[in-house]
Amino acid sequence: MSILALIKQPWPWYVAGPLIGLIVPALLIFGNKPFGISANLRHICAACIPAKIPFFHYDWKKEMWNLFFVLGILIGGFIASSMLSDQTTIALNPDLTKELAPYGITRFDSLVPVELFSWSQLFSWRGLAMMVGGGFLVGFGTRYAGGCTSGHAIMGIASLQWPSIIATCCFMLGGFLMANLILPYILTF
Amino acid sequence: MLRNNFKYLMVGLVFGIVFVKAEVISWFRIQEMFRLQSFHMYGIIGSAVLVAMLSIWLIKKFRIKTVSGEPIVIKPKEFNKGQIYGGILFGLGWAVTGACPGPLFAQIGTGATVVVVTLISAILGTWVYGKFRNRLPH
Repeated sequence: MSILALIKQPWPWYVAGPLIGLIVPALLIFGNKPFGISANLRHICAACIPAKIPFFHYDWKKEMWNLFFVLGILIGGFIASSMLSDQTTIALNPDLTKELAPYGITRFDSLVPVELFSWSQLFSWRGLAMMVGGGFLVGFGTRYAGGCTSGHAIMGIASLQWPSIIATCCFMLGGFLMANLILPYILTF
Repeated sequence: MLRNNFKYLMVGLVFGIVFVKAEVISWFRIQEMFRLQSFHMYGIIGSAVLVAMLSIWLIKKFRIKTVSGEPIVIKPKEFNKGQIYGGILFGLGWAVTGACPGPLFAQIGTGATVVVVTLISAILGTWVYGKFRNRLPH
């Protein structure tokens, strides 16, 4: 099998996880930068809509590297999906597909389910709750917690910081509550 | 500006490719994780933490410096109750959107343009936090 064909297959966790882990030393060695993505949402606020809020008055231009970093993520997403994909349909646990079917979620060929996240869905209560409501919780929650999966779960735990362990446990708690207890109701909207 | 930041754009680019190829940005993979239906995401996050931990240990042990010769410093995180309240709120949002902040950008890159709405809402959420920060328990 050619290398390109191999790359085009879905990557297993033991390839992806270590690669993600290596971002931490890469950013530290390139310029003493801590791995943390949600901070960009704050930088965007500081750059575009600081109002008179002290939390958004700081030299965000010094954090410009991080905005380039997320721009890279966006371009990487484009490259991977347009050039490095063999169009394999994701291999999901059949229990999940069975559980989602009653909610009208039957297409599993895209990473972002079109039956939930699409422009036409935006004008339904379900779509509105999931995209606008969900997005709000992500932005509010990460800043309140002082970080997200990258800053706390990966960078924080890897540098043995106990506040990050607490934050990560709370991320998981919130996720378990939502996926198992609350989301089944939202999906019926 | 681009010259100084190009390297970070490239690291991000690799990260974005990994996100897509390992299906980290899949809403379905996040549902599997929170329903304990797959090891995939636990394997990714767990091995990422271990590799990062080992890297930081090596950096400290051998006093590795940055490319420009500065000593590497990692700022300690201070505990406040925000990590509990905010953490739970973010977890709720993560399971709904199937994306933490990084994957939001990658999802947009894959052509799911509607995720721009989720991203704008997340920016708004951050703004509202900043606005009411003093009145929230920390």
